[in-house]
Amino acid sequence: MSLPSGPELRPAGSAEPLVGMRVIELADGWSAQCGRILADLGADVVKVEPPAGDGARARPPFVADRPGPDRGFWWLALNANKRGVTLDLAHPGGQLVLRRLVETADVLVESLPPGELERLGIGADRLASWNERLIHTSVTPYGSDGPLASAPASDLEVTAASGALSLAGEPGKPPVRTTLPQSPFWAGMYAAMGTLLAYLARGTTGRGQRVDTSAQASMVTVHPPAPVFWSLLGEEHSRLGPYLLGRSIVGARFRNIWRCRDGYVSFAIQGGAIGRHTGKRLVEWMATRGEVPEALRSIDWDRFDNTTLRQEDVERLEAAVAPFFEGLTKREFFEGVVARNMLGYPVSTVADVLEDPQLRSRGFWQETQIDAAGRSVEFPGGFALFDGERPRVRRPAPRIGEHNDEVYVSELGLRPEELAATRAAAVA
Amino acid sequence: MTELATLARPGVASPQALAGIRVVEIGFAAAGPLVGKYLANHGAEVIHVESRTAPDVFRSTYPPFKENLPGPDRAGMFAFYNDGKRGVTVNLKHPRGVELVRDLVARSDVLIESFPAGTMARRGFDHASLAAEHPGLVMLSSCNQGQTGPHAQHPGYGSQLTCLAGFVHLLGDPDESPVILYGPYIDYIAVGYGVIAVLAALARRRSTGRGTYIDLSQYEAGLQFMGPALLEHQLNGTIPTRAGDRDTVAVPHGVYPCAGEDRWIALSVWTDEEWSTLRTALGDPAWACDERWRTAAGRRAGEGELDLRIAEWTRPRTREEAVGRLRAASLRAAPVLTIGELFQDEQLTHRAFFRGLPHPVIGTVHCISAPFALSATPSRQERAGPTLGADNDHVFGGILGLGDEERAALARDGVFD
Repeated sequence: MSLPSGPELRPAGSAEPLVGMRVIELADGWSAQCGRILADLGADVVKVEPPAGDGARARPPFVADRPGPDRGFWWLALNANKRGVTLDLAHPGGQLVLRRLVETADVLVESLPPGELERLGIGADRLASWNERLIHTSVTPYGSDGPLASAPASDLEVTAASGALSLAGEPGKPPVRTTLPQSPFWAGMYAAMGTLLAYLARGTTGRGQRVDTSAQASMVTVHPPAPVFWSLLGEEHSRLGPYLLGRSIVGARFRNIWRCRDGYVSFAIQGGAIGRHTGKRLVEWMATRGEVPEALRSIDWDRFDNTTLRQEDVERLEAAVAPFFEGLTKREFFEGVVARNMLGYPVSTVADVLEDPQLRSRGFWQETQIDAAGRSVEFPGGFALFDGERPRVRRPAPRIGEHNDEVYVSELGLRPEELAATRAAAVA
Repeated sequence: MTELATLARPGVASPQALAGIRVVEIGFAAAGPLVGKYLANHGAEVIHVESRTAPDVFRSTYPPFKENLPGPDRAGMFAFYNDGKRGVTVNLKHPRGVELVRDLVARSDVLIESFPAGTMARRGFDHASLAAEHPGLVMLSSCNQGQTGPHAQHPGYGSQLTCLAGFVHLLGDPDESPVILYGPYIDYIAVGYGVIAVLAALARRRSTGRGTYIDLSQYEAGLQFMGPALLEHQLNGTIPTRAGDRDTVAVPHGVYPCAGEDRWIALSVWTDEEWSTLRTALGDPAWACDERWRTAAGRRAGEGELDLRIAEWTRPRTREEAVGRLRAASLRAAPVLTIGELFQDEQLTHRAFFRGLPHPVIGTVHCISAPFALSATPSRQERAGPTLGADNDHVFGGILGLGDEERAALARDGVFD
């Protein structure tokens, strides 16, 4: 079998607007999603790992629960569409090679701790002196300078420092974090946004610039409208378990997660045109399956306004609805709301997501072979359709040093003695 | 007009990445307009189109309002999500209104819309005819589940779509009900990808002259953040589920109570060496010297007990004291900040992340900036979202060149309602 290899000589299809952009990614977790996004859009992203491989390769869980550098789901998910080379940046010969890479690049994306590149002797000024058109994007927990720049943090700490953690969980109990860490995705996505702004600016100025991305700040963007309530009213929102605030001007909260027969569904008693339609159709639906409680039957949905409901009104309505949902499966609920054009969704597991007919019909999933053993898996496809075309998963995440010969010898044309000077100690 | 003239004057500050780009935005709430906000913050001229009869729902339906009194120009949500834009009102049910906005699109680079699939075409803005007149147009259609497919017409809000995409199943204590991810979480993912798609299309247009039609499903954008779990299920047959604050690697990894009401810190330990450092930072209490805590496997086996022991240390201390001690030892620790506290956070302040922007009715609205700093073309944010129809004269007079009398006649005819 053969995995796709070699520099991709292909026309710039609609779904690959960034064909021609060259990105060097210095390995690590925080910046991986940035490179992934640019690679999905057609950029040639070359991931530079230490000779022993990126530390992100060690993150569990692993395929068949057997650890290995090419078996981690985080590694596989965030590094598809990239090529991979190895390099020892602490070695002087390694830096010469890095310089050759940087000279060919539009973008360098890195997530080393602030100050680390300077310690290695390849700080921002040095990089710019090698290539004044280089866009240098960094992704760090708190940003590259400021009072917390050197504070170490993982997903949990930046989520705490962003306020997002304070909004999730049951009141009176510890705040909770999304079990699949989210901040590496957010920070990487914003780094890609900043990188593209700098890329467009370069078209005018002819020069690159720094794009300094903070994971903490990235996570502050996930929870509006909470900051709006603070800004206008000095009102502090906090975690409310399965309830939503912010729909009522008298402070009532609305249940948004309800138990059903085989899990949970998301539904809320809402106002507005669609909310009123939803309420009316819910009552009709309930009537097909039994008696509708008086609290719901008496509502004139054409005039229903949820913004002025008091808490006791909301609770009376919710108590009347809850038993109906408890009799439905997630699938019955989903099919029912779709058929009636009502608001509401199941609280899906990843298994439910993989079965969703909407995603299937749009050709979202992309079967991709991930290893030489022929194992394949359906990757989430590109995030949008460009003139009807979806960015593809063109190649799986690279093996350690998979593209060393291709990049260093075939493309950069490093002479054997240059490689020899680095290979023993530096280039694996 | 003085304020606008100042903004438009070249050379008053550093250049902007999107100087010279004009964007028309026909959408409402968060998912479309926030895309325009990030473009406006980086120099694009962004024109938010709405109508007096059906203003943006963030002006009408969603609190908070200044002093809790509803009103289109008192709405905090609209002012927050639309900073730096111009605002116009046009009646798109009036044929002349459609013509005017099509003229505006013809003089623009980008069109953003976030209506349910098919709505734009019904209103006279189908992509094919727009692109025939303007081949360089970049058009972003962002909706719940995309423009095609069996659920394309199904309505939905971001907070609930976050459930459909699998995030909420992963939030909460095991064996308990999941809890909500506050706000329209998935909308903000779609916003980020929407901006990226527009920027990438603009970059290509620079070399080819060709525009792009972007069909963005907010659901599909959100699933980009679920990759590892989606692969894990297929290859291992497992269904990843919520695990409170636990992690697959770090142990301990959790949130611990501090002195005061509802005050917590986050702390995580990633290696056995870090555990040893933590033990020292805690003052080497007798319990911590137990051999079983030395390895990750041992700590994992007794994680509940370990969490209680650590909480004994944090509970009498303030967050600042506890975090200070732990950070001084180079451990990963942070206070669980409340939303109000973010406005005093020294790191966010250093980055000027919140910008107190003037608004003619509300006073000051604290808008967010992008979470990246551009060294040569920094973002510029000077005013909160526009009042209803604030820029009608500038846009219909200045950009489209309609004279005062013509505009007055159109106004009498209800075109600007």
